[in-house]
Amino acid sequence: MKIVVCIKQVPATGVDKRYTDDLTLDRTSVDAIINPLDEYAIEQALRLADAGTADSVTYLSMGPDQAAEALRRALAMGGDDAVLVTDRALAGADEWATAKVLAAALDKLAPDVALMGMASDDARGSLVPGAVAAMRDVPLLSYGSELAIDGTTARVRRLSATGFDWISAALPVVATVTDQVGEPRYASLKGIMAAKRKPLETWALADLGISADELKGAALTRVTDARPPEEKAPTERIENLPAAEAATKIADWLAARKLI
Amino acid sequence: MTYLLTPEHEELRAMVRDLAEERIAPRAAEIDEKQEFPWDLKELLAKQDLLGTCFDERHGGTNLDTIGQSIVAEEIARVDATTSLIPIVQKLGALPIILAGTDAQKDRYFPRLASGEWLAAFALTEAAAGSDVASNRMRATRDGDDYVLNGSKRFITHGSVANVLTVFALTDPEAGGRRGMSAFIVEADTPGFAAPRVEHKMGIRGSPTAELTFDDVRVPVANRLGQDGEGFRIAMETLDRSRLSIAAQAVGIAQGALDASVAYAADRQQFGQRVVDFEGIQFMLADMASQTEAARQLTYAAAARVDVGASDLPYWTSSAKLVAGDTAMKVTTDAVQVLGGYGYITEYPVERMMRDAKITQLYEGTQQIQRLIVARQLLQRAGVAKRG
Repeated sequence: MKIVVCIKQVPATGVDKRYTDDLTLDRTSVDAIINPLDEYAIEQALRLADAGTADSVTYLSMGPDQAAEALRRALAMGGDDAVLVTDRALAGADEWATAKVLAAALDKLAPDVALMGMASDDARGSLVPGAVAAMRDVPLLSYGSELAIDGTTARVRRLSATGFDWISAALPVVATVTDQVGEPRYASLKGIMAAKRKPLETWALADLGISADELKGAALTRVTDARPPEEKAPTERIENLPAAEAATKIADWLAARKLI
Repeated sequence: MTYLLTPEHEELRAMVRDLAEERIAPRAAEIDEKQEFPWDLKELLAKQDLLGTCFDERHGGTNLDTIGQSIVAEEIARVDATTSLIPIVQKLGALPIILAGTDAQKDRYFPRLASGEWLAAFALTEAAAGSDVASNRMRATRDGDDYVLNGSKRFITHGSVANVLTVFALTDPEAGGRRGMSAFIVEADTPGFAAPRVEHKMGIRGSPTAELTFDDVRVPVANRLGQDGEGFRIAMETLDRSRLSIAAQAVGIAQGALDASVAYAADRQQFGQRVVDFEGIQFMLADMASQTEAARQLTYAAAARVDVGASDLPYWTSSAKLVAGDTAMKVTTDAVQVLGGYGYITEYPVERMMRDAKITQLYEGTQQIQRLIVARQLLQRAGVAKRG
């Protein structure tokens, strides 16, 4: 049973982000990390490998050359090998173009399960997993708090309004998991050292049989405006007071705004 | 000579920093308050292979260079000095075996130390023999294929939690400490060995500092390190290297206090503006930052010299420990000042950092001993050392 985990390199959480003139994110100005929600997909895949359910775990990413760092970090956590799809023609790729490229790469890698995080920390489109499943014509098992594989069937446990559902489909599938699968492991020092010796291949669009024309400038959508969120008014703090006094202050504050 | 920080060093730093911030920092205040050895963090560090950095790969270690080992100590000490002592003392306890052990001794002890299954400690200091190491009194008497150890040790870091200790005792009391002391590997479950008491301390309070007693403790001759009478030399060569870990620890403590100061000053409002916008605070932060960086670079410069076995190693490691220890004390004291009243209470970490910093001026040779070592090396270089 072969798992390919799709990961995205994103700007570090909580840092100031800038946009370039063409309204794409300036990736050179900030530290890059593995999309935190993808780390849960990595953890789920490695747990299946630890349990002997998965025979191999491969990482797949589409991005600039430096996305190789994210793949090395994933390999330091565990897994066997990695593929980076990188091509100048992919600059500014939107969800559609990303899904098209990942689907083509997955056709080539032919995994039983293509596993992804539920969203990316930067764009938060959450469209890519569904688009990849549709393009490959395989079932999508989304938002799993757990992924279980039994012979030729994959199942995800998904929280519902009344409890949870188990949703199953025959392999191969595309699956996404939430942050409920369990905390991602830390890379060990030996893991970091071993990751340097694990295979990391780089593919261009030509390796996937996709022409630049087919990608229509890498995007069907266009970003028309980008701006930072408006600054919030400074937080008023009520602290270091006895409980009764603090409660009175909070009540007065709410009353002054006619909230109580 | 030159030294270089590689991308691998930065990767290591990022890994240890993540672990330290997410898993160690949240425990630091509790460890300090309860004075409990953090067994959970020992397990965590072992799992991440961070207790085996000074051991060869054939023994299950990762054989990091000394700059890499310094980075590990520094990044852990940045959030908790107590926990940084777990890898530091693992190396300190093992160094006599690394320096003077036979292959058989290394094969017996290193796999369990590299994996972190066992902890090591270094037992040299006695109640009446601190800086004056040669005045040690503990005895080791040869009896057939054994030595019989009698006496006591004091101020032994991790003495009560270690599974194996490197212990220094007189085999020839007539010859005195310098020529009559020998080094032994003692397993903690050997009959007659006990750690009856741990000290109540100002800082590094989760790290047990133990009194050890040896009552007819039988140690096989196979566990002697080097030859009879080589103990003093082995102890000094150990300390020439191990005190660099304390320099790294001190750099980490200083960096942690600096980071806490910047974060606090950027948040705190007084007189209608952020405290960090006052030049008086900026000047303090600038001094703290540049002094910490200077101590760090001296520590790395010394670390590079450990790896090439520089002949003037004591000059470098003692200089680094002297500068870094004094820097940690000054920077943490200033950090308390930057935080004002909040710096003095346990709600913020800097008062703990200030208490922890003090030990870096005391252990593995007081700052005064470091100055004597640096001066002796200096006079040798200049060819004006006292003879005899």
